[in-house]
Amino acid sequence: MNSRNQVLPANGSRENWTPLLEMAVREVFELMLGCQLTAAIDGEQPAPDFTAMVGLAGQLCGLLSVRCHRKAAALMASKMLGVELDKVGAEISDALGEVCNMTAGNFKNKISGLAEGCMLSPPTVVTGSDYTLHSMADSPAIEVRLFFEGMLITISLQINS
Amino acid sequence: MPIRALIIDDSSVMRKIVERSLRQAGIDLAPVLEAGNGAEALAVLKDNQVDLILCDVNMPVMDGLEFIKQLPGVANAKDVPVVMITTEGSESHVVQALSSGARGYIRKPFTPEQVREHVVPVLAGKS
Repeated sequence: MNSRNQVLPANGSRENWTPLLEMAVREVFELMLGCQLTAAIDGEQPAPDFTAMVGLAGQLCGLLSVRCHRKAAALMASKMLGVELDKVGAEISDALGEVCNMTAGNFKNKISGLAEGCMLSPPTVVTGSDYTLHSMADSPAIEVRLFFEGMLITISLQINS
Repeated sequence: MPIRALIIDDSSVMRKIVERSLRQAGIDLAPVLEAGNGAEALAVLKDNQVDLILCDVNMPVMDGLEFIKQLPGVANAKDVPVVMITTEGSESHVVQALSSGARGYIRKPFTPEQVREHVVPVLAGKS
Protein backbone atom coordinates (compact mmCIF):
# COMPACT_ATOMS: atom_id res chain seq x y z
CA MET A 1 0.00 0.00 0.00
CA ASN A 2 1.21 3.49 -0.76
CA SER A 3 1.43 6.30 1.73
CA ARG A 4 -1.91 7.47 3.10
CA ASN A 5 -0.75 11.00 2.40
CA GLN A 6 -0.59 10.45 -1.34
CA VAL A 7 -2.69 13.08 -3.10
CA LEU A 8 -3.62 13.02 -6.79
CA PRO A 9 -4.89 15.99 -8.79
CA ALA A 10 -8.67 16.08 -9.19
CA ASN A 11 -8.35 16.74 -12.89
CA GLY A 12 -6.17 13.67 -13.41
CA SER A 13 -7.42 10.48 -14.96
CA ARG A 14 -10.09 8.75 -12.95
CA GLU A 15 -8.44 5.47 -13.86
CA ASN A 16 -6.16 6.26 -10.94
CA TRP A 17 -9.06 6.54 -8.55
CA THR A 18 -9.69 2.81 -8.18
CA PRO A 19 -6.45 2.15 -6.25
CA LEU A 20 -7.07 5.30 -4.20
CA LEU A 21 -10.54 4.08 -3.28
CA GLU A 22 -9.07 0.71 -2.32
CA MET A 23 -6.37 2.43 -0.25
CA ALA A 24 -8.98 4.59 1.45
CA VAL A 25 -11.09 1.65 2.56
CA ARG A 26 -8.08 -0.47 3.55
CA GLU A 27 -6.83 2.34 5.80
CA VAL A 28 -10.21 2.69 7.48
CA PHE A 29 -10.26 -1.01 8.33
CA GLU A 30 -6.63 -1.06 9.48
CA LEU A 31 -6.83 2.04 11.64
CA MET A 32 -10.36 1.84 13.02
CA LEU A 33 -11.06 -1.90 13.08
CA GLY A 34 -7.53 -3.20 13.45
CA CYS A 35 -7.73 -5.67 10.59
CA GLN A 36 -6.40 -6.13 7.08
CA LEU A 37 -8.70 -6.50 4.11
CA THR A 38 -7.66 -9.07 1.55
CA ALA A 39 -8.27 -9.48 -2.15
CA ALA A 40 -11.67 -10.94 -2.94
CA ILE A 41 -11.66 -14.36 -4.50
CA ASP A 42 -14.34 -15.89 -6.65
CA GLY A 43 -16.82 -18.10 -4.93
CA GLU A 44 -20.34 -18.14 -3.61
CA GLN A 45 -21.15 -15.42 -1.11
CA PRO A 46 -24.46 -14.61 0.57
CA ALA A 47 -26.34 -11.70 -1.03
CA PRO A 48 -25.46 -8.37 0.57
CA ASP A 49 -28.32 -7.13 2.74
CA PHE A 50 -26.72 -4.07 4.31
CA THR A 51 -25.91 -1.03 2.18
CA ALA A 52 -24.45 2.20 3.52
CA MET A 53 -24.41 5.27 1.28
CA VAL A 54 -22.80 8.69 1.50
CA GLY A 55 -23.53 11.37 -1.08
CA LEU A 56 -20.84 13.65 -2.48
CA ALA A 57 -21.64 17.13 -3.73
CA GLY A 58 -19.57 19.98 -5.11
CA GLN A 59 -16.50 19.53 -7.27
CA LEU A 60 -17.29 15.82 -7.31
CA CYS A 61 -20.94 14.71 -7.31
CA GLY A 62 -21.93 11.15 -6.77
CA LEU A 63 -22.57 8.39 -4.31
CA LEU A 64 -20.21 6.15 -2.40
CA SER A 65 -21.70 2.91 -1.12
CA VAL A 66 -20.48 -0.01 0.95
CA ARG A 67 -22.42 -3.25 0.57
CA CYS A 68 -22.04 -6.42 2.60
CA HIS A 69 -23.91 -9.19 4.35
CA ARG A 70 -25.31 -8.62 7.84
CA LYS A 71 -22.68 -10.92 9.35
CA ALA A 72 -19.91 -8.73 7.98
CA ALA A 73 -21.61 -5.54 9.18
CA ALA A 74 -22.11 -7.06 12.63
CA LEU A 75 -18.44 -8.07 12.80
CA MET A 76 -17.45 -4.51 11.85
CA ALA A 77 -19.59 -3.18 14.71
CA SER A 78 -18.08 -5.75 17.07
CA LYS A 79 -14.54 -4.71 16.19
CA MET A 80 -15.31 -0.99 16.29
CA LEU A 81 -17.00 -1.23 19.68
CA GLY A 82 -14.53 -3.76 21.08
CA VAL A 83 -17.31 -6.10 22.21
CA GLU A 84 -18.24 -9.70 21.47
CA LEU A 85 -20.13 -10.33 18.25
CA ASP A 86 -23.26 -11.51 20.08
CA LYS A 87 -23.41 -8.25 22.03
CA VAL A 88 -23.96 -5.99 19.01
CA GLY A 89 -27.45 -5.07 17.84
CA ALA A 90 -28.74 -1.68 16.86
CA GLU A 91 -25.19 -0.38 16.41
CA ILE A 92 -24.71 -2.38 13.20
CA SER A 93 -26.16 0.29 10.92
CA ASP A 94 -24.32 3.05 12.77
CA ALA A 95 -21.01 1.18 12.38
CA LEU A 96 -21.45 0.48 8.68
CA GLY A 97 -22.52 4.08 8.10
CA GLU A 98 -19.37 5.32 9.81
CA VAL A 99 -17.20 2.96 7.75
CA CYS A 100 -18.80 4.40 4.62
CA ASN A 101 -18.45 7.98 5.86
CA MET A 102 -14.77 7.56 6.77
CA THR A 103 -14.04 5.83 3.47
CA ALA A 104 -15.65 8.69 1.54
CA GLY A 105 -13.78 11.30 3.57
CA ASN A 106 -10.47 9.48 3.34
CA PHE A 107 -10.91 9.02 -0.41
CA LYS A 108 -11.65 12.67 -1.15
CA ASN A 109 -8.75 13.77 1.04
CA LYS A 110 -6.45 11.85 -1.31
CA ILE A 111 -7.42 13.89 -4.34
CA SER A 112 -6.17 17.45 -4.57
CA GLY A 113 -8.97 19.99 -4.31
CA LEU A 114 -11.67 17.55 -3.29
CA ALA A 115 -11.10 17.93 0.45
CA GLU A 116 -12.05 21.59 0.05
CA GLY A 117 -14.45 21.36 -2.84
CA CYS A 118 -16.54 18.31 -2.04
CA MET A 119 -19.07 17.94 0.76
CA LEU A 120 -20.30 14.68 2.24
CA SER A 121 -23.86 13.89 3.24
CA PRO A 122 -24.64 12.07 6.48
CA PRO A 123 -24.59 8.31 5.88
CA THR A 124 -27.77 6.43 5.03
CA VAL A 125 -28.07 2.69 5.63
CA VAL A 126 -30.50 0.43 3.79
CA THR A 127 -31.21 -3.06 5.10
CA GLY A 128 -32.58 -5.88 2.99
CA SER A 129 -31.63 -7.00 -0.48
CA ASP A 130 -34.86 -6.60 -2.41
CA TYR A 131 -34.37 -3.10 -3.74
CA THR A 132 -33.06 -1.35 -6.83
CA LEU A 133 -30.82 1.67 -6.67
CA HIS A 134 -31.40 4.15 -9.48
CA SER A 135 -28.40 6.42 -9.68
CA MET A 136 -28.27 9.57 -11.75
CA ALA A 137 -24.56 8.93 -12.31
CA ASP A 138 -23.54 9.30 -15.91
CA SER A 139 -20.30 7.36 -15.86
CA PRO A 140 -19.43 3.79 -14.95
CA ALA A 141 -19.02 3.13 -11.23
CA ILE A 142 -15.60 2.61 -9.71
CA GLU A 143 -15.90 -0.60 -7.76
CA VAL A 144 -13.61 -2.32 -5.30
CA ARG A 145 -14.31 -5.80 -3.97
CA LEU A 146 -12.43 -7.00 -0.92
CA PHE A 147 -12.70 -9.68 1.73
CA PHE A 148 -13.22 -8.74 5.35
CA GLU A 149 -12.52 -11.82 7.49
CA GLY A 150 -13.49 -13.97 4.50
CA MET A 151 -16.69 -12.04 3.82
CA LEU A 152 -17.19 -9.92 0.72
CA ILE A 153 -17.56 -6.16 0.96
CA THR A 154 -18.15 -4.10 -2.16
CA ILE A 155 -17.28 -0.42 -2.26
CA SER A 156 -18.73 1.49 -5.16
CA LEU A 157 -18.30 5.10 -6.26
CA GLN A 158 -20.87 6.35 -8.76
CA ILE A 159 -19.95 9.68 -10.29
CA ASN A 160 -22.05 12.42 -11.84
CA SER A 161 -19.57 14.29 -13.96
CA MET B 1 -6.02 12.66 38.59
CA PRO B 2 -8.17 11.02 35.85
CA ILE B 3 -9.20 13.25 32.97
CA ARG B 4 -12.90 14.09 32.74
CA ALA B 5 -13.72 13.99 29.02
CA LEU B 6 -16.83 14.83 27.03
CA ILE B 7 -17.08 13.14 23.62
CA ILE B 8 -19.52 14.68 21.12
CA ASP B 9 -20.47 12.72 18.00
CA ASP B 10 -23.78 11.75 16.46
CA SER B 11 -22.49 8.20 16.06
CA SER B 12 -22.54 6.19 19.29
CA VAL B 13 -20.07 3.77 17.70
CA MET B 14 -17.65 6.59 17.00
CA ARG B 15 -17.98 7.89 20.56
CA LYS B 16 -16.89 4.46 21.83
CA ILE B 17 -13.98 4.37 19.38
CA VAL B 18 -12.78 7.78 20.52
CA GLU B 19 -13.02 6.74 24.16
CA ARG B 20 -11.10 3.52 23.48
CA SER B 21 -8.46 5.41 21.51
CA LEU B 22 -7.96 7.84 24.39
CA ARG B 23 -7.44 4.91 26.77
CA GLN B 24 -5.11 3.16 24.28
CA ALA B 25 -3.20 6.42 24.01
CA GLY B 26 -2.42 6.08 27.70
CA ILE B 27 -4.74 8.83 28.91
CA ASP B 28 -6.19 8.09 32.34
CA LEU B 29 -9.91 8.76 31.95
CA ALA B 30 -12.65 9.22 34.50
CA PRO B 31 -16.06 7.90 33.36
CA VAL B 32 -16.63 9.59 30.01
CA LEU B 33 -19.57 11.88 29.29
CA GLU B 34 -21.21 11.69 25.86
CA ALA B 35 -23.43 13.88 23.70
CA GLY B 36 -24.94 13.34 20.26
CA ASN B 37 -24.63 16.94 19.06
CA GLY B 38 -23.53 20.38 20.16
CA ALA B 39 -26.82 21.32 21.80
CA GLU B 40 -26.81 18.16 23.92
CA ALA B 41 -23.21 18.88 24.84
CA LEU B 42 -24.01 22.40 26.05
CA ALA B 43 -26.74 20.93 28.25
CA VAL B 44 -24.33 18.32 29.64
CA LEU B 45 -21.75 21.00 30.41
CA LYS B 46 -24.18 23.09 32.46
CA ASP B 47 -24.26 20.33 35.07
CA ASN B 48 -20.81 18.78 34.70
CA GLN B 49 -17.22 19.95 34.90
CA VAL B 50 -14.86 18.43 32.31
CA ASP B 51 -11.16 18.76 31.47
CA LEU B 52 -11.29 17.90 27.77
CA ILE B 53 -13.84 17.95 24.94
CA LEU B 54 -13.52 15.89 21.76
CA CYS B 55 -16.00 17.01 19.14
CA ASP B 56 -17.15 15.91 15.70
CA VAL B 57 -17.80 18.65 13.14
CA ASN B 58 -20.76 17.43 11.04
CA MET B 59 -23.68 16.70 13.34
CA PRO B 60 -27.41 17.34 13.25
CA VAL B 61 -29.13 20.00 15.40
CA MET B 62 -25.90 21.84 16.26
CA ASP B 63 -22.61 21.12 14.51
CA GLY B 64 -19.18 21.22 16.07
CA LEU B 65 -18.22 24.67 14.82
CA GLU B 66 -21.38 26.24 16.23
CA PHE B 67 -20.76 24.39 19.49
CA ILE B 68 -17.30 25.94 19.81
CA LYS B 69 -18.73 29.39 19.18
CA GLN B 70 -21.29 28.91 21.96
CA LEU B 71 -18.92 27.26 24.42
CA PRO B 72 -17.62 30.55 25.94
CA GLY B 73 -21.19 31.17 27.12
CA VAL B 74 -21.01 28.18 29.46
CA ALA B 75 -19.40 29.56 32.61
CA ASN B 76 -17.76 26.37 33.87
CA ALA B 77 -16.56 25.22 30.44
CA LYS B 78 -15.34 28.32 28.62
CA ASP B 79 -11.67 27.44 29.17
CA VAL B 80 -11.96 23.72 28.49
CA PRO B 81 -9.80 22.68 25.50
CA VAL B 82 -11.65 21.30 22.49
CA VAL B 83 -10.13 18.89 19.98
CA MET B 84 -12.10 18.35 16.77
CA ILE B 85 -12.33 14.82 15.32
CA THR B 86 -13.81 14.63 11.85
CA THR B 87 -13.73 13.12 8.37
CA GLU B 88 -13.54 16.62 6.91
CA GLY B 89 -9.87 17.07 6.15
CA SER B 90 -9.83 20.34 4.25
CA GLU B 91 -7.50 23.12 5.30
CA SER B 92 -10.41 25.55 5.46
CA HIS B 93 -12.18 23.33 7.99
CA VAL B 94 -9.01 23.09 10.07
CA VAL B 95 -8.45 26.86 9.94
CA GLN B 96 -12.09 27.55 10.71
CA ALA B 97 -12.07 25.18 13.69
CA LEU B 98 -8.80 26.50 15.10
CA SER B 99 -9.79 30.13 14.60
CA SER B 100 -13.08 29.38 16.36
CA GLY B 101 -11.19 28.18 19.42
CA ALA B 102 -10.41 24.50 18.87
CA ARG B 103 -7.00 23.51 20.22
CA GLY B 104 -6.48 20.49 17.99
CA TYR B 105 -7.82 18.72 14.91
CA ILE B 106 -7.77 14.97 14.26
CA ARG B 107 -8.84 13.47 10.94
CA LYS B 108 -10.72 10.18 10.77
CA PRO B 109 -9.52 7.48 10.37
CA PHE B 110 -6.96 7.85 13.12
CA THR B 111 -4.65 5.79 15.31
CA PRO B 112 -4.33 5.96 19.10
CA GLU B 113 -0.86 7.41 18.47
CA GLN B 114 -2.38 10.30 16.53
CA VAL B 115 -4.86 10.85 19.33
CA ARG B 116 -2.02 10.95 21.85
CA GLU B 117 -0.01 13.29 19.60
CA HIS B 118 -2.85 15.81 19.46
CA VAL B 119 -4.44 15.43 22.89
CA VAL B 120 -1.49 15.16 25.29
CA PRO B 121 -0.04 18.61 24.41
CA VAL B 122 -3.52 20.11 24.75
CA LEU B 123 -3.93 18.59 28.21
CA ALA B 124 -0.47 19.85 29.13
CA GLY B 125 -1.46 23.34 28.01
CA LYS B 126 1.18 23.37 25.29
CA SER B 127 -1.15 23.82 22.37
